[in-house]
Amino acid sequence: MRRILREWAHLIRPALVLVAGLALFLVLRAAVVPKDFGKYGHYRPGALDMIRQKPIAFAGQGACIMCHDDEAKTRASGKHAGVHCEACHGALADHASDPSAHLPQLPDVANLCRRCHEKDAAKPANFPQVVTAEHSGGALCNTCHQPHNPHL
Amino acid sequence: MDISRRDLFHIGGKLLVLASVGATLDQITGAAPPSEAYRMADHWWGMLIDIDKCIGCGNCVRACSKENNVPEGYFRTWVERYQIQEGAQPQVDSPNGAMEGFPLPTRADVKSFFVPKLCNHCADSPCTQVCPVGATFISPDGVVLIDQTYCLGCRYCVQACPYGCRYLHPKTDTVDKCTLCYHRITQGLTTACCENCPTGARQLVDFKDPKDPVHEFLRHNKVQVLKPYMATQAKIYYKDLDGAVR
Repeated sequence: MRRILREWAHLIRPALVLVAGLALFLVLRAAVVPKDFGKYGHYRPGALDMIRQKPIAFAGQGACIMCHDDEAKTRASGKHAGVHCEACHGALADHASDPSAHLPQLPDVANLCRRCHEKDAAKPANFPQVVTAEHSGGALCNTCHQPHNPHL
Repeated sequence: MDISRRDLFHIGGKLLVLASVGATLDQITGAAPPSEAYRMADHWWGMLIDIDKCIGCGNCVRACSKENNVPEGYFRTWVERYQIQEGAQPQVDSPNGAMEGFPLPTRADVKSFFVPKLCNHCADSPCTQVCPVGATFISPDGVVLIDQTYCLGCRYCVQACPYGCRYLHPKTDTVDKCTLCYHRITQGLTTACCENCPTGARQLVDFKDPKDPVHEFLRHNKVQVLKPYMATQAKIYYKDLDGAVR
C-alpha cells in the first residue's frame, strides 16, 4: 500500500490540486451566475424586467383623448385624423399623470407645419405640400388654417 | 375474465361520468383567472414601414431620442434620403439622422424617396450570435435586447450588425440600440416612433396576434426586408422598397 502511494505520489498531488481548483470554480460560478440564468436562453431573464421598468415619455393617444375628447372630435373629422396628439404637442406623459403640475407648451408653428408640408421632391406626390415662402408670404400657418382640422 | 357487452357499457358510462366531473372540477378550481399581465409567449413583435407614406419629417427620430434618452449624435432610428440618378451610384444622406427633417431640398430631376431605418429585430440575429457574455439576446417575444449590466463594451455586435444599428453609449461604455420601445409595447402602448409618425408610415405589428391588421396587409401587398441575402430573418418589413436601398 505504502509502495503504491509512494510510486503514485507525483500523480496524486496534481490530481488534488485539479480537484480543489474545480471545486473553487464551481463555488465561484454558483456565487456569480444568477440562479435563473438560462431560463429563456443564454442570458439573464432579470434584464427583461429591468428594461420594462424604464419610464415612458409619450403618454399615447388613448391617454390624451380621455380628457381632451372635444379636440379629438374636431380632429377626427379632418385631414389630421391620423396624426396623434403628441406628434405635434410633444412628449406629455408627465402632463397625463399630473395635469396641473406639467402644462404643455404651444407648438412652434413656424417650424412644425413646414417640417411636414414644405414642398420637396422626395415626398410622396399625393401628400399636400406648399412652398411656404410663396404660399403665405411669411404669415404663420395657423392665421388661416385650424391645425386640428386644417381646411380653410 | 369474460366481459359482456352490458358490463362494457356500465364501465364505460362510469368512466365517462368520472372524467366529466374531473374536467368540471378542473375548470372551477384549476384554471387560472384571465390575467391582465403581459405574456411574452403570446407576442412576436415586428414593424411594417410603408416607404410611399414617409415624408421625411423626422418626427420618429425626435420622439425616439426623447423617449429613450438617446445621446446627441447617436441614433436608434434615423431616416435616409435616397437620390438615384440613372447610371450612377445612389446618393444617400441623413443630416443629423433627419432629427430636423431634411433642410436642403431634394433634386427634382432624379428619383428620390425616404427610408426610415431602425434595428431589424432579426429572428436569427448576427449580433446575438457573436456576444461572448450573453449580454444581447432575443426575448421570447422576438425583440433583440441588451442587458446593460452584462455588456462589456467589446463591440463585436456593433461590427456584426449588417444594418449598422448599434452604437457604444458614450457615457456607460456599453452597447445601445433600439429596444422596439420594449417598456412601452409590454404595457399595451405602441413605440414612440409609431406613436409620432404623422402619416402612419410606421406600424408596430404583432405577428402572433390573429387580429393584427398586418396579416391582411401581408396578404394584399408586396413587402421586402433589408439585405435579405444576409439571412437574418429581419422582422422590419418594408412596402415598396426600391432595389437600390441597402
